[in-house]
Amino acid sequence: MNITEKILARASGRQRVTPDDVIFANVDKVMVHDVSGPGVIKVFDKLKKQGINVDKLWDPTKVWVAEDHFVPSADKVSAENIVKLSNFTKTYGIKKHFKYGMGQYGICHTLSHEEALVLPGDVYVGGDSHTNTTGALGSFACGLGHTDVAYVLLNGKIWFKVPQTLYFKLNGKLPEHVMAKDFILKIIGDISTEGGAYKTMQFGGSGIDEMSVESRLTLCNMTTEAGAKNGIVEPDQKVIDYLTSRGAKNISLVKGDDDTEYEKIYEYEGSEMEPLVAKPFSPENISIVREAPSVELDKSYIGSCTGAKYEDLEAVARILKGRTVKIRTEILPASISIYKRAMENGLLKIFLDAGVTVGPPTCGACCGAHMGVLAKDEICISTTNRNFPGRMGHVDSQTYLSSPLVAAASAVTGKITDPRDLN
Amino acid sequence: MKGNVIKYERDNIDTDVIIPGQYLKVHDYAELALHAMEGLDPNFHSKVKEGDFILSGRNFGCGSSREHAPIALSHSGIKAVLALSFARIFYRNAVDGAFLLPIEIEEDAYSDISEGDEIDIDISTNEIKNLTKNKTYKMKPFSEIIGKIIEAGGLFKYKPD
Repeated sequence: MNITEKILARASGRQRVTPDDVIFANVDKVMVHDVSGPGVIKVFDKLKKQGINVDKLWDPTKVWVAEDHFVPSADKVSAENIVKLSNFTKTYGIKKHFKYGMGQYGICHTLSHEEALVLPGDVYVGGDSHTNTTGALGSFACGLGHTDVAYVLLNGKIWFKVPQTLYFKLNGKLPEHVMAKDFILKIIGDISTEGGAYKTMQFGGSGIDEMSVESRLTLCNMTTEAGAKNGIVEPDQKVIDYLTSRGAKNISLVKGDDDTEYEKIYEYEGSEMEPLVAKPFSPENISIVREAPSVELDKSYIGSCTGAKYEDLEAVARILKGRTVKIRTEILPASISIYKRAMENGLLKIFLDAGVTVGPPTCGACCGAHMGVLAKDEICISTTNRNFPGRMGHVDSQTYLSSPLVAAASAVTGKITDPRDLN
Repeated sequence: MKGNVIKYERDNIDTDVIIPGQYLKVHDYAELALHAMEGLDPNFHSKVKEGDFILSGRNFGCGSSREHAPIALSHSGIKAVLALSFARIFYRNAVDGAFLLPIEIEEDAYSDISEGDEIDIDISTNEIKNLTKNKTYKMKPFSEIIGKIIEAGGLFKYKPD
């Protein structure tokens, strides 16, 4: 069995699972945020009317809550959702509620790793499609809707069809100007936004071994854009060190068997990778940056669970140090812990000196919610994960997805720019 | 189950066009219905009727996990979406929340059925009859668990064996 199958076998009390088996898996951790939380509350209200008992959660210690999509409250409706969420966690005795304006908070997927909330081998589900991110820690991490999350909150388990696994092998390190974002864009361009549908996308090889945990998080994050059920990397000492430094204890490593079989293996040479963008209006619409259209950009957006981790901000700072931006540029660190490190290490000064607006952690404009959404015909380069029509604002706005290095270089020139081509 | 078809002849209809991100804060189902398909077809709300079906191409519902997507369609009156394939979370949400039926079809039904055609879907025989064109197409049968959850009326009413 591979790592995903091993985790699902353990969680469903079986010796062995094979692809297409339907199982009920016991869940180790579950997350809701300020969009899925109120959605779950609505499901609970419906269930109550049907006479189903919703007085108690299966285990409130395994639940954690983030405020990220519409925070700081964008308007009256989102402010009320935050109040609803606070009442919910109080009613059900959920202690891990990361509230904005009260210390550590941030994007749910970022908290999952920054706060070491999920450990290798866990079955972790969340009310958000990018829950896949956390598979980089060696967990089975999968996004679900409100009804399914409500079911997990009450029953502690959920059904899955055991997925087939696609294995992406990266041979050798990525060049310095190429980031994990470029590699996952390359993969999505190759297999399409449906290429991983219902499947596991597993990453391995010497290039992945060399990669930081944060880069692996970027890879798993965008398996969602290929339609995958989960993304995963077998955990190693780097994951142990990363989680231990964030307070985790009792980490055990689960790995696949040596004779594991995969549905398909894709191989890439690290040295051959180049900076890429996904052009409007799909993450599979890939172009090499040096061959990208010569459009006048209106904005560079550096934020989200995909592209505003500490390592992402460090990459941006390398570009922006001593330079100024030519177009509107926003940097929104993905959590307060990252924001603080960026302050302590001088990154915020570099950003502000370059003319950037630094905002609070929020999903914000990534999902077209608030705080920097795009007007009609505006063109943005963004470190986020999706560029469907209207994703970041007006349905006639355009988003190019890129790595933090490319988004920063493009902020300096106002055009889509390969970081190697900056003066 | 009879109804008329609203056809979107394209692949990858994503959740951002089914219900744009700005409405994620809304949890009133009737209000969500007012904005269904707004990102692709601003006339959808005025033309959709109770009992209609949507017909579309591959990877319908790709993108986010927002249950708002099947909710907005269902509360607009849509009883089933017929597509060449579905993205996984949209598919699960539609079935587990008992909002609408996700029907996987083959190329013949996709190319043959036109906007406005009246069709009759029979999930017991896996057949779709085109009453307007007097033709019959096969739908892909539901997997065992999906069939059982649909029969039960959603995940909460389903009792695992």
